[in-house]
Amino acid sequence: MSSEEYPITDLLITGTEINYLFICPTKLWYFAKGITMEQENEWVDLGRFLHEQRYANEEKEVLVGSIKIDFIRRGDTIEVHEVKLGKSMEKAHEMQALYYLYYLKKLGIKAKAVLHYPKLNETKEVTLDGREGEIEKAIKEVERIKSLPAPPKPVKSKKCLKCAYYELCWV
Amino acid sequence: MRKRSLTLLSDGTLFRRENTLYFENERGRKPLAVEGIYDIYIYGHVTITSQALHYLAQKGISVHFFNHYGHYDGSFYPRESLNSGDLVIRQAEHYLDREKRLKLARLFVRGSALNMERNLRRWKVNDGFSEELRELLEELEGARKITEVMNVEARIREAYYSRWDGHLPEGFKIVKRTRRPPENEMNALISFLNSRLYATIVSELYNTQLVPTVSYLHEPGERRFSLALDLSEIFKPIVADRLATRLVTKRMLSKEHFREELNGVLLTKEGMKKVLSEYEKELTKSVKHPELKRNVTKKRLIRLEAYKLIKHLVGVKEYEPLVAWF
Ligand code: SF4
Repeated sequence: MSSEEYPITDLLITGTEINYLFICPTKLWYFAKGITMEQENEWVDLGRFLHEQRYANEEKEVLVGSIKIDFIRRGDTIEVHEVKLGKSMEKAHEMQALYYLYYLKKLGIKAKAVLHYPKLNETKEVTLDGREGEIEKAIKEVERIKSLPAPPKPVKSKKCLKCAYYELCWV
Repeated sequence: MRKRSLTLLSDGTLFRRENTLYFENERGRKPLAVEGIYDIYIYGHVTITSQALHYLAQKGISVHFFNHYGHYDGSFYPRESLNSGDLVIRQAEHYLDREKRLKLARLFVRGSALNMERNLRRWKVNDGFSEELRELLEELEGARKITEVMNVEARIREAYYSRWDGHLPEGFKIVKRTRRPPENEMNALISFLNSRLYATIVSELYNTQLVPTVSYLHEPGERRFSLALDLSEIFKPIVADRLATRLVTKRMLSKEHFREELNGVLLTKEGMKKVLSEYEKELTKSVKHPELKRNVTKKRLIRLEAYKLIKHLVGVKEYEPLVAWF
């Protein structure tokens, strides 16, 4: 797959959507349709709180087109920073960061990403190098799921127990 | 922190100073932790400052107002923060498509009726109701117009009331269900509870992406949250009717808790207090949910009903109204 496939003007999906794709397609569908859960918001609040405490001096919530980056550091290369609560969804976080890098690359900006896990006192670096295909596949899949007339059938897993959509999915 | 409903029965003023909300009356000034408030129910004569309203709007807290009789007057429903264009369209689609609308309307009536049946069995006054109901439900399935659905509903209700009375103590018979103004104690009590239940449902809908004014059994109204009326059909028997019955059979309420006015019977302040505290208790009671395999409060069941409706609208699963298993 060539990386010419997605001109920047077609990249309308958000980082959260890429993230949710790797958590659960059902959740992605509901979220993309604006059907969100209030616990989700509390969770976001907690994230924001952690964020504000710890990264008070950074350039925060930087909006670039359809993506919103937690914060950015400018040095020799631009660093995209994402703050996450726990590591159980690591793959999803990584793909979200990759998507940002892919997006920025389209704009001609070379960057690398750093995932922060303040509660665990850990960071993880992510670079795009050669992973364009992976992210393009993910973008395609997000678009496919969003275009479905009804949400994909939920699949019960351990994730569901902590998911804000639990009641909606299983009632 | 679990958010709670705040009920104001006494007269006073609700205002904001800095980041605190206060309620002040002749007994003093009380700070209210806004973060812990889910919604507010006002029965007293309360003055609210616009700053307080701004603050409540910002926090997404609805405020429901009740009149002298304890009947619902209206709500301060903050600008909706949860929106889903997609869901709005589907809600409208299910209204505009006659078959789809009829289906939902029938389901609300059916759920309501089965909950009434459940009550009569519990109270051991079923007395042929089930047989009568089977026939009425069959008629319901054949109903081709909303007016026909409504008509069947009225007949079910009538059959229900006539038996329910058999379980109520002397002096608290419903006899004839009257609404505004209520003619006797039991009618006053049921109306009072139904009003509160309706407002509770409005609050729950506020916390979903459902548009409260697009409904199926009741005509969508500009000035009332008619979807809350639809949902209240399901919950009236299992919340309001049961509670009303318990309050009078267990003698928690007596004639002294009512007073007669020119326009009918109403609960006294003491009576309202008693009823509202029992109502809160009732809604925070948990039951084990058979599908979710979790304990959920009775209040949460209202939210779950809204979720089931959302799933019906987006085409995941056909709506099946809650029939009390408890
Ligand atoms: S409850 Fe489970 S299936 Fe439903 S959205 Fe959450 S993770 Fe997905």
